Amino acid sequence: MFNSLLKDTNHRQVLFFCITIILFSFIITLLSDLFSVNFISTSFIKTLGKTLCLCVIALAMDVVWGYCGILSLGHFAFFGLGGYMIGMWLMYKRTEIIVLTASISESLPLTPQEISDAIGNQIFGVVGGSEIPLIWANADNLYFQLAMVVFIPGFLAFVFGWLAFRSRVTGVYLSILTQAMTLALSLYLFQNDSGLRGNNGLSGLQNIPGYDDTSQSVISIYFFWASALFLILVFIFFFYLVNSKFGSIITAIRDDETRIRFLGYHVESYKLFVFVLTAVISALAGALYYPQAGIINPAEIAPIASIYLAVWVAIGGRGNLYGAIIGAASVSLISSWFTSGQAPSISLIFYKIEWVNWWTVILGLGFVVVTLISRDGIFGFLKRIFIRKV
Amino acid sequence: MRHVLNFFIFIFFLLISVSAYSNDTIQEFIENNHKLIAKSSSKTVDPILNDIKKYNQDDVKKFLILWKSKELSIIKDSSLIVYTEKNEDTIIAYDIFQNNEIGKFTKKQLKSIKPNSGVRSKIDSALVEYQILDEDINVRRESLQSLKRDIQKTHLKILRKAYENEVDINFREEIYKVLNFAILKFSKSEQEKLDVLSYFSNDTSLEVRASLNNLLNTSDILLTNNKKITGNIARKIVPNKTYKKNDGTSNYILSSYSSNKPELTYNDAYDLLSINKKVLPRITKKIIKDSLVLNIEILKNAGFNINSLNNDLNRLDAYNYLASINVVPPFITKEEIKSSVDKFTFYTEYNEISSQVTNKTKETLKNINFRVNIYRYIDLFVDGISLSSIYFLGAIGLAITFGVMRVINMAHGEFIMMGAYTGYVVQQYIPNHTISILIALPLAFIITFGAGILLERLVIRHLYKNPLDTLLATFGISIALQQLAKNIFGTQARPLTAPSWLDGALSINDDLSISYIRIAIILMGLLFLLLLLFIMNRTRLGLEIRAVTQNPIMASNMGINPDRINMLTFGFGSAIAGIAGVAIGLFSKVTSELGTEYIVQSFMTVVVGGVGNIFGTLAGAALIGFLQKIIEWFNPSNTLAAQTYMIIFIILFIQFRPRGIFALKGRVKDV
Repeated sequence: MFNSLLKDTNHRQVLFFCITIILFSFIITLLSDLFSVNFISTSFIKTLGKTLCLCVIALAMDVVWGYCGILSLGHFAFFGLGGYMIGMWLMYKRTEIIVLTASISESLPLTPQEISDAIGNQIFGVVGGSEIPLIWANADNLYFQLAMVVFIPGFLAFVFGWLAFRSRVTGVYLSILTQAMTLALSLYLFQNDSGLRGNNGLSGLQNIPGYDDTSQSVISIYFFWASALFLILVFIFFFYLVNSKFGSIITAIRDDETRIRFLGYHVESYKLFVFVLTAVISALAGALYYPQAGIINPAEIAPIASIYLAVWVAIGGRGNLYGAIIGAASVSLISSWFTSGQAPSISLIFYKIEWVNWWTVILGLGFVVVTLISRDGIFGFLKRIFIRKV
Repeated sequence: MRHVLNFFIFIFFLLISVSAYSNDTIQEFIENNHKLIAKSSSKTVDPILNDIKKYNQDDVKKFLILWKSKELSIIKDSSLIVYTEKNEDTIIAYDIFQNNEIGKFTKKQLKSIKPNSGVRSKIDSALVEYQILDEDINVRRESLQSLKRDIQKTHLKILRKAYENEVDINFREEIYKVLNFAILKFSKSEQEKLDVLSYFSNDTSLEVRASLNNLLNTSDILLTNNKKITGNIARKIVPNKTYKKNDGTSNYILSSYSSNKPELTYNDAYDLLSINKKVLPRITKKIIKDSLVLNIEILKNAGFNINSLNNDLNRLDAYNYLASINVVPPFITKEEIKSSVDKFTFYTEYNEISSQVTNKTKETLKNINFRVNIYRYIDLFVDGISLSSIYFLGAIGLAITFGVMRVINMAHGEFIMMGAYTGYVVQQYIPNHTISILIALPLAFIITFGAGILLERLVIRHLYKNPLDTLLATFGISIALQQLAKNIFGTQARPLTAPSWLDGALSINDDLSISYIRIAIILMGLLFLLLLLFIMNRTRLGLEIRAVTQNPIMASNMGINPDRINMLTFGFGSAIAGIAGVAIGLFSKVTSELGTEYIVQSFMTVVVGGVGNIFGTLAGAALIGFLQKIIEWFNPSNTLAAQTYMIIFIILFIQFRPRGIFALKGRVKDV
């Protein structure tokens, strides 16, 4: 039975992908300071783990854009919302632990009211408040917040998508509307009275409540594995989704929406389903990403982030799951290498090129070139060369 | 002759009587008070300023002016206060009033008297009564200005006198106004106040409003257990039920969802009673906690489990136990609080005794506020127009490229930025702001026109078939241009200064003033509109652009080269963005992120207005601009929220008119 699985090229591809990721994860784990090899630092493990999460959201973007033709500039907003939802639990629970620990030295045990006052003071002191907003009512409940990770971005995507698709907003109009939605959300979160600490955002998310004794190097490996597993799961799910009949329909919607509508399919439902599904997966990726990043603030949600997401997918190659992963991983890693100042600057006779300043210019122009020369990105470009040689 | 003699005798007796009345001279007075004068503070200076008034007016005036202008010194040995003049290394001291030279001193023998600003302002206000009757009108004006700042009770009389004596008709009017403020503040006559209120009934200035509001000041909350209360009652306060209105009256809160919070809760009311020693102090949660902590040993011995004291009920039980053994005062229950509070009536009085005056003040204020609101609406309207003009300027270039070529240019914002930076660079070379702006405008046009044509030739031409790809490619351009600007000009904001004749504002009254820069922007928006209408409707280029917009194939059949028109249109649209950039740079900071601030709004404007129509863009800009201002009006402290709500509104608006306010007629295929 296993043999017959392997005969099918599709299954073989999936298996190949899973094995690659698992092998990669094993190698990284072995090289980490968990086994006192110390070849890879904890912070780099975190970067890799974060990159895997970015690959997940790139997959989601690829499905909604590359396959279904909806150029959404709002998926990073869902990603950020997912991060906020899990961040609320992380921050609340940790503050609660701190407050309770501090109260041991007091002569009287604290009343529930006093505990929540102290937590409110700790969390909302920076925005000049001490009252815990209503949206934090269940923040101490991990399962509730996990449900919110799925529900809030999903609901937002559903309402927005339903409104947009039912009035047949398509193409660039839709892109701009999604960008407006992202802008509105980030502006809203920037306010101090949004209940999510305004532009301070949520911080200290890398400290997992209940794991205070575990060192960050171990936690980072946990998250790295969780991200790798999540990537594999999402890849498998999307792979079979786009290769199914459903996949054919959404690809056809991308290519000629009107024709599919006349064939009797309810185009809006398909689009809405894909939009909400990818939004939820983005949110889950965000929920895995931000505990590794440690901090989330409204600037993360700003429209430019979603634009970069589109850039990654386009450079990697849209309409192809591998392309999205290659694009997200390579561009985000190279970007962080260049912008962190690690790349050596080049001294010309008259000018010194510092990559921190010039990388973005090159990225932007490179993106233009990719769009002009190869619509399906680096992956498509490579594929064409490869096929020509055969 | 005899009359003359009589007259002299009369004068003689008069002089004797005067000198008998003031049995010491001003000099003696100063000597007696030299300590207070030399080391004056605003707290101790009042009695001196009051007492000195009984002396000769001119002398007092002279002394006070010298004192205020820091020209007095005290001789350390003799404690004599003198007027000094510096003469090379020695200082010559003069008598203050007779100008006699007293002697020469060195710096060390003298100590100059330097009153601080608090003292100086008190001296000022004491001087007022002399200066307001001065011969020089400028001195009179000045003294009235300083009097206005802080009207004292004594000024009422002086103002009346000054008003009667004044010869300058305009200044008399000014004095009259200040006199009226003084009357409202200090007069004892009810009728006089009522007259002043009628005089002010049409005056919307801030001063008048402040003065009327002062009349409605109320006392602290008073309480009585007498059912009948007398006096000029401002409001009765029912705990948990009433809230305070702006005019000092109270009203019942109708629903629990109302934004009005009760002025007093039962607890607040009870605390007031306890402050007035009518009841025992309330036992708060904090007091309970503190008493429990203090008596924790007693509780342990009595068998209380300390760990169970983690909620209010158990803590109260423990406290009641402590109360039962008389360690702490007994707890006061909610019912006790309520019944104690209900025995009393809470109210406040107006500081003004006459109810007729306060009623008339309320009525007058109501009328004035009505007028003020009208001015505010006008102000809001002008604000809305100017914001709309800004959005129009930002969006119109985009509307042309989007409308004609169906091409989305995400780098449009960066063309705006380019224009603004052009203005900045020109100002570095040409310091005259007027000329530099006049040069910057055409220069920005040329530069962004060139950049636009370059972009069209190199990138956009190849992507006409796929608008989404254009969107992406121009994103790339936008990112690159932004970073490029950052590399060249740095991240800090650069100034683009408006010519000085655009500073200031057209001030109509205290509530309505329109800054010239807003007017300039409105005019500029109008100019652009007319210019575009002219180009599109009256020139060959406009004709060809319209032809290509409507049907490119047919247009090319008629001998128009659509390729060339597309190029020119794109360059033209970009150039307009450049000029708009100069205008926008004049009132906002020029940074590399200038474009991103406007790009989403500009797109919204185009989408809401409807593609390919100048009037559509105008309508879109007006809608968005006014909407934002109106939302800000309701929540002035929070412009972020205003933008959020506006975007949500636009998303909903697109639901009902997906093609914008002015939809292009005909069967247009989806872009």
